[in-house]
Amino acid sequence: MLGFGADRLRADMNRLLALLFHQGVLDEQFLQLQQLQDETSPNFVSEVVNIYFHESEKLLRNLRGLLSDRELSDYKKMGIHLNQFMGSSSSIGAKRVRNVCVAFRAASEQNNRVGCLRALEMLEHEYCYLKNRLHELFQMEQQRVMAAGVRYPMQN
Amino acid sequence: MASNDVLPQVSGFKKDEFFDHSTHDSQELHVLAVDDSVVDRKVVERLLKISSCKVTAVDSGRRALQFLGLDEEKSSVGFDGLKVNMIITDYCMPGMTGYELLKKIKESSTFREIPVVIMSSENVLARIDRCLEEGAEEYIVKPVKLSDVKRLKDYLTRVSCGCVEAEAGRFSDQKNKRKLPDLSSSSSSPSLSASPSPSSSSSSSSSLPTISSSSPLSISSSPESPSRRLRTDSSC
Repeated sequence: MLGFGADRLRADMNRLLALLFHQGVLDEQFLQLQQLQDETSPNFVSEVVNIYFHESEKLLRNLRGLLSDRELSDYKKMGIHLNQFMGSSSSIGAKRVRNVCVAFRAASEQNNRVGCLRALEMLEHEYCYLKNRLHELFQMEQQRVMAAGVRYPMQN
Repeated sequence: MASNDVLPQVSGFKKDEFFDHSTHDSQELHVLAVDDSVVDRKVVERLLKISSCKVTAVDSGRRALQFLGLDEEKSSVGFDGLKVNMIITDYCMPGMTGYELLKKIKESSTFREIPVVIMSSENVLARIDRCLEEGAEEYIVKPVKLSDVKRLKDYLTRVSCGCVEAEAGRFSDQKNKRKLPDLSSSSSSPSLSASPSPSSSSSSSSSLPTISSSSPLSISSSPESPSRRLRTDSSC
C-alpha cells in the first residue's frame, strides 16, 4: 500500500513538472539541475533553489524599495538588480520569471516608472507562483522518499 | 570520470573528501571558478565536481587574484601549491569584471598560460569578440550546461597530456571559436579576424544577424541562443 503511494507520488511529481514545463514556468535548465543530483549530492536541486529563493526575495525587496521613491528612482541600480535576477533565474530554469525581468529591465532603461511598477507586480506574481509550485514539488519528493523507504527498507 | 580508474571505489564518500586538504591529485584538474552570484557559483561548482574536477569557487576577481597570489595589495603569500588548470569567470561582476580579470591574468607571466573561460548571460557580439581577442579560451552564454563543462574538460585533458598545444591560451586547433556567423570572408582564425561587428551596442541581448555561414550550426535570434558553443573536432 505504501509502495503504491511512492509510485503515485512520483507520477504526481512528473505531472506537476510536465505542467510547469507546458506553462513555460520552467525550462530545460531545471532538468539540467536534476541531472546534477545524485547520491553524493542528494539534495542539490532543493539546495540551489532555496538559495535562489533567498536571493530573489532580497532582490525583490530592493526593487520595491527603489520604486517607492516617487521623486527619483535609481533606474541604473534597478538594472543591476534585474541583471542579477535574470541571471539566477536562468541558471535554475525559471523561464517566466526571467522573461518578466527582461521586460522590467526594458522599462527601467526607458525610465518608465509606470512600466516598472507594472513589471514589478508581474514579477512578484510569477515569482510567487514559481515558489509555491516548487515547494509543492519538494514536499512531494520528501514524501515519496519516505514512502519508498518504508515500503522497501532494504533498498536504502 | 577518468580518475576512477586510479582510485579505489569507495561508495558513499565524495571523492573530494579525501583530497581537499592533503596532497593534491596531480591527475585531477583544478578549476578556479569566479562568480558573484551565489546561485551560479553553486551550479558551476557542482557541474565541475560532477565532472571530476577539483574546484575553488570565489566571489570576485579580486579574490581570484588573491588566490593566485597576484593581488598587488596583499603580499603574495604563495598559494598552497595547488596548480590551477583553468579559470572560469563570470563577465558581469561588481568591482572587477571578468574581462578585467582576464586581462590581468594574461598580463602575468606566471599565469598567462592558464586557459580562461568567460561566462555571461549576455549574447553580445562585441563583447564576445573583445574577450576572445584578449585571449579567452571560450565565451559561454549562460546558463552553463554539463555538456559545456565536459567539452572544456576534454580540451584541458588533451592539453595536459600534450596532445594539443595550448598556445598562450588559444585554441590553436579550433576553427570556429564561436558559434557565430563568420562575418569576414575567410573562415580561418575567426577570433583574430577583423570581423566588422554589427551595431550591437545595445546592452541587452541583441539578435544576431542571420547570415548563412559555413558553420553547420544554426543561429537563432532568440536571447536564449547559445552563440558560443565550440566544436572540438580534433582528437588526440
